[in-house]
Parts: sequence; structure tokens; C-alpha cells
Amino acid sequence: MAGVGIIKQLSITALNHRFGYQRVLEEIELTVHAGEAVALVGPSGCGKTTLLNLAAGLLTPWEGRITNSFARPAMMFQQPRLLPWKRTRENIALGLKAQGMDAVQRNASATQLALKMGLTRDDLDKFPSALSGGMQSRAALARAFAVQPDLLLLDEAFSALDIGLKSELYDLLANERAANASAVLMITHDLMEAIRLADRILVMAGTPGRIVAEHRIETPVAERDERWVFAHTAEFIQWPDIRLAFSLPAPKP
Amino acid sequence: MTQPLARSGRKILAEWAAATGNYLWSGWGSLASLCLFMAIWTLTAQGFGPLILPTPLEALSTLVRLFQAGEAGPEILVTARRALAGFGLSLVVGSLLGLAAGVSMTASMMARPIITLLVGMPPIAWLILALLWFGAGDGTPIFTVFIACFPIIFVGAMQGTRTLDGQLKEVAQMFGLSTWMKLTDVYLPHVVSYLFPAWIAALGMSWKIVVMAELLSTEDGIGAALAVSRSHLDTAASMAWIVALVGSLLAIEYLLLEPIKRKVESWRELASSNN
Repeated sequence: MAGVGIIKQLSITALNHRFGYQRVLEEIELTVHAGEAVALVGPSGCGKTTLLNLAAGLLTPWEGRITNSFARPAMMFQQPRLLPWKRTRENIALGLKAQGMDAVQRNASATQLALKMGLTRDDLDKFPSALSGGMQSRAALARAFAVQPDLLLLDEAFSALDIGLKSELYDLLANERAANASAVLMITHDLMEAIRLADRILVMAGTPGRIVAEHRIETPVAERDERWVFAHTAEFIQWPDIRLAFSLPAPKP
Repeated sequence: MTQPLARSGRKILAEWAAATGNYLWSGWGSLASLCLFMAIWTLTAQGFGPLILPTPLEALSTLVRLFQAGEAGPEILVTARRALAGFGLSLVVGSLLGLAAGVSMTASMMARPIITLLVGMPPIAWLILALLWFGAGDGTPIFTVFIACFPIIFVGAMQGTRTLDGQLKEVAQMFGLSTWMKLTDVYLPHVVSYLFPAWIAALGMSWKIVVMAELLSTEDGIGAALAVSRSHLDTAASMAWIVALVGSLLAIEYLLLEPIKRKVESWRELASSNN
């Protein structure tokens, strides 16, 4: 591997972060390799979103090192965050425009992608506020996919959606990952989501937040059907470190 | 490749035509309420007699006579020139300073009390100061208009910049938007939605202030003409001048600013009508 270009990875070493005098993250060590899906799970307020924003470069770390050698990272936020004054098509093409693609080409590629993701041509001509919440989420996901990211950052992107839509977007995400071999770093408080999508699950807990456990899932994503996900979530939730992280009472014997 | 372009061109044209038609059609409501207003005016005038209040027809015919005599046109132009000069000045200075103040937290905090002071200061007080500083002439009305419009526009621009959604800034950063794209695709569309209402409010203000300033400080313009017709106890001429004043303001606002505003903020209109 020596000398053959840079290895694509996101690595966070010895990271400490604080807001003012309040410590929010402590001794975070985290690496996301090319093509790998990593899920960060943990209770609300443990600093997951801060960690993701640091990884995305939206915040500057207080202490420690973050190196990101992925060429095209993209992020999907907790809310769709579409620009209200741009039509859906232009919103999806935003990243392509930033890359300098010309209007005809980027609109064509945004349209193609959006149609594949279940948006209609009619939706693409509308402004985001005229779309339903589900369609807005699709558009936001399409906007992230449009730049063909090699690293996709997801900030509880699916948490506000109904289960039908969730499972549809999970499939879209799986297809996109398969097509582009993109790495994923997602944060969620939904264990089932993590178990369904991730190759590796990191458990975060405490204030200041730290990574308290790591679990690798060997079953390929394509082979995880609904029953498998349910069974594994049930098993996962019995593990002591998970119960401790989410302050669940000790299981009854 | 030309076909989709032509289609989207046709679509835009159709949309534009629909918007224009919509706008003109919405005028019927305004026209009806205007007619009602005229009716009430006529009724009141008939009750009080022409010395107190001339009927709209008398006022209009006086105005027509003034135009035919070549008196009204030049006076209106003089007044419009002063109002627009003061308004234009405050538009440029107010917008730029407001944007600059909005960017910095410190600047907006420092600006707030000064703006409160400027808003609270009655225009007539400025007029007195302007008379002392600039004397009789163009300087006084232009300055008074400028200083009265400035805080309105300044506050609009500052709020527009301050309320810029931090979340959208993150989106812009995440997708690697260049500074130019951030400005044209994210910042400006938002700020304009605050600036435009402020500009329109300031324009209305400028028209009122300029007449007041002219009444007290100059020899020409609508304000000065009003002063003359008052001293002649010529109510019909006074009314005619007032009609000319309000008419020219409405013309600028509805024929120029409102269509621009609709065009610029079409996303708001379309978004709400689609829901």
C-alpha cells in the first residue's frame, strides 16, 4: 500500500472538545475506512452531533487531530435544510453547482437521480415548502447523493420519518453505497437503524461524551432482513454496556 | 438538448404571464374599494360644501386644469426629484451600513440605541436643523428625507443579515459553496426578503416627508404649491395637489416596486399558493 496515493479515511485521534468551560467530548478515537459504515449510537446530549460536526469540519476541535482524506464528503442533516428560494431540482443540484458543473448538465443529473429516488418531475418544479416532509427528506438525501460522496455523514437523518419511508430511504442508501462504495458515518439514537445499516457500532455515553464500546456486525447489509434486525436489536439491547449508556435498568434475571 | 430548454423557456414564460395576469386581476378588489372611498368622499363633500371639502371631480378637474396650465408637471417633477434623491441616498447608505452592521454582533449591538434615537426623532426636528444647516433650497428636503428613511432601511438590512439561518450557512459550507455562490444563492435571497419591505416603507415615508419639508423651506415643489393654495384659501387646488402627490406615490409603488417585489420573491408566493 506504500506509495500508492493516500489511503482514504477519516481519522480522529485524542480529541477533546469543549464549549466554553463545559467539556462535551473526551478522548475520542475514531477511524472510518473507505467503504465502511460506522454508526455512533448514544443517548441524547452525549455529544454525538458535536462529534459529527467536528468530523464534517463545521467546528474546529479544541484539542486533538482530525484528518479527513475523503475527497467528496457530503452530509445530510437532521432537518432537510433545503434552500426555500430554490426549486427542488436546483436544491438537489446545489453541490454540483458548487463543483462548477454547467446548468444543463447538473439539472439533468439531478433530475435523473431524483426520479430514481421516488420524486416526480412535478415535485422538482416546486419549491421545498410545497413538498411533504417525506419528499423534502428524499430531496435532502438526493442532494447529498448528487455529489457522489465517498463519505456520507448522516445526522439522525431519518429520525423524524415514518417506518415505511425510513425503510425506503434505507434501501436507497444501501443502493447508493453499493454503487459508489462510499463510507458512512451516521449518528442515531435508534438502535435498530444502526443494526440495520452499520458495519460497526460505536456506543457513546456520559457527559463529557466518550466512546464506551464497539461492536462489529459481520453479516453483510444485504442479508439483514427484518427478522434478523429485530432479533439482533433485542440481543443488542441486553448487553450491559448498552444498558449502562442509555441508563436502562438492569435486566431481570 | 434544445427541446427541454425550449420547454422550460415556455414554462417560465407561462408562469410569468400567469403571475402578471394574477397581479392585474387582483387589482379589481383595490379598484372596488377605491370607488367606495370616492363615493364616501363625494357624499361628505356634498354635505359640507366646496369651501370645506371639494368633491373628487372638482379636485380632479382642478388638477387637470393645473396640468394644462403647465403648473403641475414641473412642480411634481421637482418634488419627485427631491424625494427620490433623498430616498436613493438612504437606500444606498442604509442598505450598505445595515448589512455591515448585521455581519458583526458588536456593530449591531452598538447600532441599536442609535437607531432607536433616530427612529424616535420627529422629522420636523430634523427639518428645523436642516433649515439651519442647508437653508432654503434642495439640500433641506433631501437631507430630511434621507435622515427619516435611513433608520428604516438600516434596520431592515441589519435584521436580514442577523436572521440568516445558521443551518443554511452550514449547508453552504458542507457542499463547498464558493464565497460568490454563498452570496448569490444563500445570503442575498434571504436579505432581500427583509430589504424590500423596508425600501417600500421608506419610499412612502420619503414622499410624505418631502412635502412637509417643501412646505416650510422651498419656493417650488408640491409642498410649496400647497402652501400657496392654502394662503389663497383655495381648497380645490389643495385637494388637487394632494391627489397629485398620493397618485404619484401609488403609481411608483404599484407599477414599479410591487411587480419587482413579486418577481424577486416569487418563491414565497408560489410556495404558499401550492400548499
